[in-house]
Amino acid sequence: MDEASKIVRVTGVTKSFPMGRTVVPVLKGIDLSIRAGEYISIMGPSGSGKSTLFNMIGGLDKPSSGAVYIDEVDIAQLDAYELAWLRCRKIGYIFQTFNIIQVMTALENVTLPMVFAGKNAAQATEKGMALLDLVGLKERFNHKPFELSGGQQQRVAVARALANDPAIILADEPTGNLDVKTGGEIIKLLKMLSNENGVTVISATHDFKMLNVSDRVVWIEDGRIDRIENRDELSISMGVIETRVGGR
Amino acid sequence: MGFSRSRRRQVSLPFVKSVEIAAKSIRARFFRSLITLLSLVLAISFFTYVKTNITAAKGIILSKDAASVAKLVREGYDLDDPGHNPKQQWIVFLSLLVCVVGIVNTQLMAVTERFREIGTMKCLGALDRFILRLFLIEAFIQGVVGATVGALAGMSVALVALIMSFGVGVFTSISWPDLALTLASSIGLGCFLSVAGVLYPALVAARMAPVEAMRRMG
Repeated sequence: MDEASKIVRVTGVTKSFPMGRTVVPVLKGIDLSIRAGEYISIMGPSGSGKSTLFNMIGGLDKPSSGAVYIDEVDIAQLDAYELAWLRCRKIGYIFQTFNIIQVMTALENVTLPMVFAGKNAAQATEKGMALLDLVGLKERFNHKPFELSGGQQQRVAVARALANDPAIILADEPTGNLDVKTGGEIIKLLKMLSNENGVTVISATHDFKMLNVSDRVVWIEDGRIDRIENRDELSISMGVIETRVGGR
Repeated sequence: MGFSRSRRRQVSLPFVKSVEIAAKSIRARFFRSLITLLSLVLAISFFTYVKTNITAAKGIILSKDAASVAKLVREGYDLDDPGHNPKQQWIVFLSLLVCVVGIVNTQLMAVTERFREIGTMKCLGALDRFILRLFLIEAFIQGVVGATVGALAGMSVALVALIMSFGVGVFTSISWPDLALTLASSIGLGCFLSVAGVLYPALVAARMAPVEAMRRMG
């Protein structure tokens, strides 16, 4: 892999959580490099450590050992301001539970990262409306989250993740709480962003529909990378994949 | 990508915007805010009630109206110094304790149920101090409103009770500047306690790693 184009590099990352008197290792040594503009899916069964890895890459949690580099900067070395800057401008997050701020309207949710980034209100509103238009929710800009369906809330979350034109979108099981059709729409939206804007999309998932759009799939099992497959190496027949996963 | 120090100022939350978000947050959680406010109103009205009675007692003693003074004695006031005898001080202390415990408890709950929101805001680029500032401004607004209502209510109840016991003549003996001071100090105390009560839980919440804040159910 071309060294210069690596946007994310994970080296020897381990993570353990204390549970009572014992320490449970969740990640047992992960090495991974991701190129700019790639669409990566991190697949694995529940409890395999994919969400933990997602949190490490996003700077939301600190590894027990090892390092995560974003644009070749070790994010453990960043101070609070720099980490906030990274979360604000460089990375857009999408969560399984949407995490829309309940007391704010769709537009206020989308403009909040722009407020943190120092954009003035008029610019933020204009861009917020454009992003809501992109995800098909322009008409509902003034709606509160409880007035929106799950799929619509996740689309607001996608628009919010794009607010400051991030280079990376991190999506933790973005389709986990959605029905098949709505989940498919979110995946299509992420793929479009990856293709048209060159955004690097990293998604922790166990939704097999993600495989069709992924450039590479990282299979995690028991805290380790089991294998990394390019799309052309994947058998995209659902039946075959499910048999392979199920049989493991 | 330049994580240079020059980037530092590029994460910001203007004060006016903080006030706007805090005010919206209070409005959006109207009933929850109302419960927080109610605890403030009750605590401060109790405190103001006690202080108003002491102020009135001082006025009655100075007026030397024999019938009223005798009534005061029957009610258990110490004629030498009604504001500083151990019994009165104990009542003021208890009323303060009710204030502090009630307010801290309500604010603690209010912050705890918003952990997820705090985690989300941190994911969007909020610094710890943005979170802290939002909670402090919210608590201050609640403090001003709750303490003003509470102080006025407590004083009104005390004055009505005084009129019923001593007649309208009590208004001639009462020291109005002292009463105004009681009102102001009660409102000040309410604001201070509201902000102080939210400080610790907000500080803990603001310092949490985003993922930890979101893991704890809010």
